[in-house]
Amino acid sequence: MSNIESVTQAEVPTAAGVPVSPDGGSEKPRSLTGDAWEDLRRNWIFWAAAVLVLLVVVMAFFPGLFTSADPKACALSRQHQGPSGSAFFGYNFQGCDVYARTIYGARNSVLIGLFATIIAGVIGLLVGMAAGYFGGWVDSLLARGVDIVLGIPTLLAAIVLARRLSADPQDSGFWAVVFTLGVLTWTTGARIMRSSVISAKSQDYVAAARMLGAGSGRLMFRHILPNAAAPFVVVLTILLGVNISTEATLTFLGVGLKGDEISWGVDISTAAPYVRETATPLVWPSVFLAMTVLAFIMLGDAIRDAFDPRLR
Amino acid sequence: MFRYFVRRVLQGVLTFFGATFIVYALMFANQDDPLQALAGERPLPENVRQALTERYHLDDPFILQYGHYMRGLLTGDFGISLTNRPISEMMAQAWPVTIRLAVFAIIISALVAVTAGIVSGIRRGGIFDTTTLVITLILLSLPIVVLAPLAQLLFGVQLKWFPATAGAEPGFYQLMLPAMVLSCLVIATQIRVTRASVAENLRSDYVRTARAKGLANRRVIGVHVLRNSLIPVVTLIGVDLGNLMAGAIVTEGVFNIPGVGFNLFRGIRTEDGPLVVGFVSVLVIVFLVVNLVVDLLYAVLDPRIRYE
Repeated sequence: MSNIESVTQAEVPTAAGVPVSPDGGSEKPRSLTGDAWEDLRRNWIFWAAAVLVLLVVVMAFFPGLFTSADPKACALSRQHQGPSGSAFFGYNFQGCDVYARTIYGARNSVLIGLFATIIAGVIGLLVGMAAGYFGGWVDSLLARGVDIVLGIPTLLAAIVLARRLSADPQDSGFWAVVFTLGVLTWTTGARIMRSSVISAKSQDYVAAARMLGAGSGRLMFRHILPNAAAPFVVVLTILLGVNISTEATLTFLGVGLKGDEISWGVDISTAAPYVRETATPLVWPSVFLAMTVLAFIMLGDAIRDAFDPRLR
Repeated sequence: MFRYFVRRVLQGVLTFFGATFIVYALMFANQDDPLQALAGERPLPENVRQALTERYHLDDPFILQYGHYMRGLLTGDFGISLTNRPISEMMAQAWPVTIRLAVFAIIISALVAVTAGIVSGIRRGGIFDTTTLVITLILLSLPIVVLAPLAQLLFGVQLKWFPATAGAEPGFYQLMLPAMVLSCLVIATQIRVTRASVAENLRSDYVRTARAKGLANRRVIGVHVLRNSLIPVVTLIGVDLGNLMAGAIVTEGVFNIPGVGFNLFRGIRTEDGPLVVGFVSVLVIVFLVVNLVVDLLYAVLDPRIRYE
């Protein structure tokens, strides 16, 4: 959750401590974050995305709030039964309740997306920070590393790596997917971090801190990082959505989560061959997956637009 | 220009070896005992084990094994699948289908993206522009595993506008729906880049000059702006290719198109290790080469681009 929380914190005007001129709010000085927040408050896309994200997160942690049915209680006698009062989305090929499975499927998607993004974020932060702060040969070396990782299409590398990591059939495949996505998707974050560190590095306050005797570590994490973090967090929010989407694709292809895990990818993949008989077991997990990915990407997009008005 | 070429090619070579090395290491690192896996439950006779170890260079150090693998790749020897077919032969059959599909998808996306991008770039903030932006946002976030099966369900099974699956020898009509699905993957970024560069170019000095000397609006936009706006779109081809490859695996699998992606899809499902390895390696190489070519092309198209 730390991701989404840090996004929401970034929006809260950090200008709270900025002095407000006593003679009226009309010329109240506003910081960049304050400005961005003003923009965001009036953006319906932002609110729609935020509500959706919140909904999915609640769904992931408290699926019991939405359904009392057991997603693993399946009976072949109910195979492909249509929607009814007890099962809003009907039953799938195995006779499982599609609605319950769709609700419970949120957990794996959100958690995998979250953990993978945290791994990618940490790698991206360290690589980008080192490249931007030290420059010179460290920068060139790390840039070549980024080039090499970017040189392999993510999904292809993910197929190979996830296959390798989850060779044990007993394993659910959860951590294999998390690790795979984490180590393959950090490059965008690293690039963004590098460029914002470079621009923050030459600011006067950094020079001042250096003159006061701050060491490299302190300069990087106490002074440069807080001021270079906003675009990085935006990229991570979007990456979270993308990772959820890639997880579903990997699972669909058969190298992600294994069969008896409950996940949207598994459900889409098992329902796809039977579309001619019944569509609901395919449609609903697809809709939920698409909405979740959309929510994260919209959220990131809206925040980025607010922070960078030039793009509009 | 020459310096840029040399640097980019050298960098490409480095990336090539780095990327293939990573792929190789991912695939073959910490394998338990590939020969035993080959034999299944039965014990392997010592002489057979020796012969196989020698044939597949299993005693060599890792780096030498990588060398053998690279030599195979560069000479077109990709190994043999578990179904005992040479992988190069399977590829020879699969590539034409995939190339047809990809070209088709690229044409569709280019036509739509350039038109939509120009119109919304000119009328920024208008209804068309806003709608396009929302649509691109939705397209950007639709996972291919959602898009392909739902398109098949809606247009293939229920509305019956297109065939739901393509056969062994897919024609133009059978490839139509899959190509549209595939083009959705790349269309959104293309629209956004076209729009941004049209908007930027409209503000530039040369457009003002063209207007000032009395050129018709059609000519200013159709010739001057369009030409310069398409340069960044060309460079997208390299990035798009990665998306198209990823998309083709799912799309060809869903629509039963016997291309490269379908073979890979089936290989993953039937746990055909050598097949997956061979196909992924080739796709990675294609991706690297195309990106190198695109970057060089970019320098030719836009002489302003310089390395430092």
